[in-house]
Amino acid sequence: MIEGNIIKISGPVVVAENMKGAKMYEVVRVGEHNLIGEIIELIHDRATMQVYEETAGLHVGEKVVSMGSPLSVKLGPGLIRNIYDGIQRPLEDLKAAQGNFIEKGFSADELPLKTWKFTPTVSAGTTISGGMVIGEVPESELVIHKILVPPNVEGKLVDIVPKGEYHIEDDVATVLTTDGEKKLKMYHSWPVRVPRPYVNKFPPAMPLVTGQRVLDTFFPIAKGGTAGIPGGFGTGKTVTQHQLAKWADAEIVVYVGCGERGNEMTQVLNEFPKLKDPRTGKPITERTVLIANTSNMPVAAREASIYTGVTIAEYFRDMGYDVALMADSTSRWAEALREISGRLEEMPGEAGFPAYLSSKLSGFYERSGRVESLCGDSGSISIIGAVSPPGGDFSEPVTQNTLRVVKVFWALDKSLKDQRHFPSINWLTSYSLYLDDVNPWWSKNVSSEWKETRDRAMELLQKENELKEIVQLIGPDALPERERVILLASQIIREDFLQQNAFHEVDSFCSEKKQVAMLKIMMDFYDMAVKLADEGITMLEIREVSGVSKIARLKYIKEEDVDSYIVGIYAELKQGYEKLLENYKGR
Amino acid sequence: MADVQREYSSVREISGPIIIVEGVEGVSYSEVVEITTPDNTKKHGQVLEVDGDVAIIQVFEGTSGTSTSGTRVRFTGRTLHLPVSEDMLGRVFNGMGEPIDDCPEIIPEEERDINGLPINPSAREYPRDFIQTGISAIDGMNTLVRGQKLPIFSGSGMPHNEIAAQITRQAKVLTGEEFGIVFAAMGITYEEANFFKENFKKTGALEKVVMFLNLADDPAIERIITPRVALTAAEYLAFEKGMHLLVILTDMTNYCEALREISAAREEVPGRRGYPGYMYTDLASIYERAGRIEGVKGSITQMPILTMPDDDMNHPIPDLSGYITEGQIIVSRDLQRKGIYPPIDVSPSLSRLMKDGIGKGRTREDHDGLQNQLFGAYAKGKEMRDLVAVVGEDALSELDKRYLTFSEEFEKKFIRQKKDENRSIEETFELGWKLLAMLPEEELKRVDQKYIDKYYPRTKSE
Repeated sequence: MIEGNIIKISGPVVVAENMKGAKMYEVVRVGEHNLIGEIIELIHDRATMQVYEETAGLHVGEKVVSMGSPLSVKLGPGLIRNIYDGIQRPLEDLKAAQGNFIEKGFSADELPLKTWKFTPTVSAGTTISGGMVIGEVPESELVIHKILVPPNVEGKLVDIVPKGEYHIEDDVATVLTTDGEKKLKMYHSWPVRVPRPYVNKFPPAMPLVTGQRVLDTFFPIAKGGTAGIPGGFGTGKTVTQHQLAKWADAEIVVYVGCGERGNEMTQVLNEFPKLKDPRTGKPITERTVLIANTSNMPVAAREASIYTGVTIAEYFRDMGYDVALMADSTSRWAEALREISGRLEEMPGEAGFPAYLSSKLSGFYERSGRVESLCGDSGSISIIGAVSPPGGDFSEPVTQNTLRVVKVFWALDKSLKDQRHFPSINWLTSYSLYLDDVNPWWSKNVSSEWKETRDRAMELLQKENELKEIVQLIGPDALPERERVILLASQIIREDFLQQNAFHEVDSFCSEKKQVAMLKIMMDFYDMAVKLADEGITMLEIREVSGVSKIARLKYIKEEDVDSYIVGIYAELKQGYEKLLENYKGR
Repeated sequence: MADVQREYSSVREISGPIIIVEGVEGVSYSEVVEITTPDNTKKHGQVLEVDGDVAIIQVFEGTSGTSTSGTRVRFTGRTLHLPVSEDMLGRVFNGMGEPIDDCPEIIPEEERDINGLPINPSAREYPRDFIQTGISAIDGMNTLVRGQKLPIFSGSGMPHNEIAAQITRQAKVLTGEEFGIVFAAMGITYEEANFFKENFKKTGALEKVVMFLNLADDPAIERIITPRVALTAAEYLAFEKGMHLLVILTDMTNYCEALREISAAREEVPGRRGYPGYMYTDLASIYERAGRIEGVKGSITQMPILTMPDDDMNHPIPDLSGYITEGQIIVSRDLQRKGIYPPIDVSPSLSRLMKDGIGKGRTREDHDGLQNQLFGAYAKGKEMRDLVAVVGEDALSELDKRYLTFSEEFEKKFIRQKKDENRSIEETFELGWKLLAMLPEEELKRVDQKYIDKYYPRTKSE
């Protein structure tokens, strides 16, 4: 332990002297309130620290003590269903200890002090290495928590406790390492800024199915992939992130509310326990870890929050789970970097952000991926980061640096929002580089027509965009019928497929099968309409064919009734189609 | 620190609103200082940074009259606190929280740090109680709920003050509980402040209003403190005394200007348009003080007003505010030119908490569908307006023409109302359905059929 004294305080940045021997990124306790901080710069015997709590009232001369270890999280049973601040302090415990407002200088046990049912999966005498599973704990209704050997421990298992209830602080195993005997508990610590090791990274192959039509069908993200959602305020970043947290087919969801509204976290806390995972029927909280460092909480802890989140995600990945991490919003994290950097009087880069913004951002997104973990299982982390560009202008540094690393771009569009088109994801500017990677999965598990239907629909929407320019000049009536049919069909796709009501009981989640069926019938209608138009029948007549208006209701039809409903529409369309043709020929 | 010398006259540098004192000991960050100028005027300041024996201090009343010799700076050892009491109701204070209404000093029940503390996210209660403002454009289309922070984005010369005043007069929850009002003025004119004062008087509820006034000719730096002082009083009254409060903060643009002034004086790296890079965090520390707390009776509903420079919504002040607040009410110059009061443009306006505050048992079962349909039809009508400008009205189909008339009527009948017209939510709904009757029933795709059957006036008003 090294003890120094404060010589400078500027917001969350504190400088202390007499700190020779302290290490970079070491945790410090600052002042008489024991505020938690982290060393971010060392010059001679002076250490500069960012402090994770409010520094008002701190004075020059107060003590600073280095704790000898880097900022770490405790990884073990008890993470699921918990809500933490940016440095893994459980907010519920904070509330119990301090009341409704967060006061400074409080530390709490990161993992609940309780007992768990532990079942060993290896026996004494086994040679073990870092990342190996030595036992299991049923943590929640959905998660079997695998007890991992800390990545930096290897040796021979001397002793392991039999099946039974153990307290989180109990030793459950003894390992003989080259440095002597080492006791293992059900948890271990890991520094947040160091990626956890793995054996191998795989290319993406499976989609992270989200139940959101515009995402799954048009711009899919793969398990282990990365996506960025930039959008001005009110365009629906948070609603989209919440939808993903609710419906994505991940086994674990880590949701990081980073510098955003307090009420949004409250909403998650209220709503998630009531929602059932469509695949398992269990409450989705049973697989969720929440990290909330809202905009009015200390800014340095906001910087740490996404690392805390991604380290927890890596830990579950190492057990062989598919993890989805939502970070809302990475811009607020970048602003925290900027604020700290400004206080350090570093040379600013673009828009005042530090020059290392880009490397920090890519370092974060690189912690995603589908890997072979140290225990030989395969697990993945998909990272979905919201970006809040000032003025909705995507040319700003955070958006641009994000786009350089992520493979999926979901562009939220203000003009779509103004038209109340939700989710306001612009289909012309968004992209996904995983289309070909996930196509085999769709062909095998859902429908071989997925890619083709999707591509044709996309083409239609492109075409609509071109036609719209013409319509604006000369009005829709001047277009040939065939092109008016394109406008009609693309309108149906936009309104009845791309738009999805997050707050509608049925429409909130749409299965893969239903997605394909919906888009398929829309494209089939289009093909039929083109044929009719070629026969000389007008778009207005085609629009009146019975069955067409039923396509619009499709999104509200329950999964189990979809098949019969669709059969019904096809029959009506066919009948209407033949009747039109007959009438026309009779004219 | 009683043994440490607490008063210094070693002022090294004065620059803009900042003075730098050297040779100090044991100074704490954010502590309050009292400054006595050579001619014995007292000023207040706050420590912005301590570096060894040098303290950087922002002076709220401005640095005029201070000097590098003969100016004394006393460090008080504590951060800014506001004495609070229930007796603050009905009183008028300056921007620092000192009474200016010739009534006696407040006998404090408690002293509170004006920076407050962040509400623990897991202690918050999600806001859901519908507030009826009596203004259709808000109640019907962008509903306000208790505990929300909903700003008015306006521009110079527009009637944002009238709208805010009308809301404070008319706001009520349907259970009948009344609102207390905390009013914080930052850099507005005497006339504007007086307008609000008269308005509060008119409601006859002056004893339920606390006013904090930093007027246009008051020190600019003091504005940094004013909203915090006001919110400290509000938090005390809401969360200790169980009152429901409506907090009006006007004008946030002046607040941000003061923030920029300090930042520039400190030679910080400027962010967009010279505003400091931490402005988001700073604004959040004000706006996030709205809300409700589980198990606590009171609530704070915030209605900040900001004038957008050049009506530009992408300007950093409205932009950063919009990222923090739960929606925005947008006042439109186009509508004002058309002579429509309140000129609220419903399309870009938004209330994020609306969906949980409306519907059966809160407003009415058809509210969501109705507002959705009105939005859709109004948007379509406006689209037709643009089209008419290009191809002429004759090119429109019969249906298109109906949409066109709908949008005109919507503005004239639904949005427009008198400054003293207090519409109940039922009246707003009735009006909405009456307007929808201008459109054929088949066009109402966004409302559930059962509500159309129930509420759509079948005898058409054509």
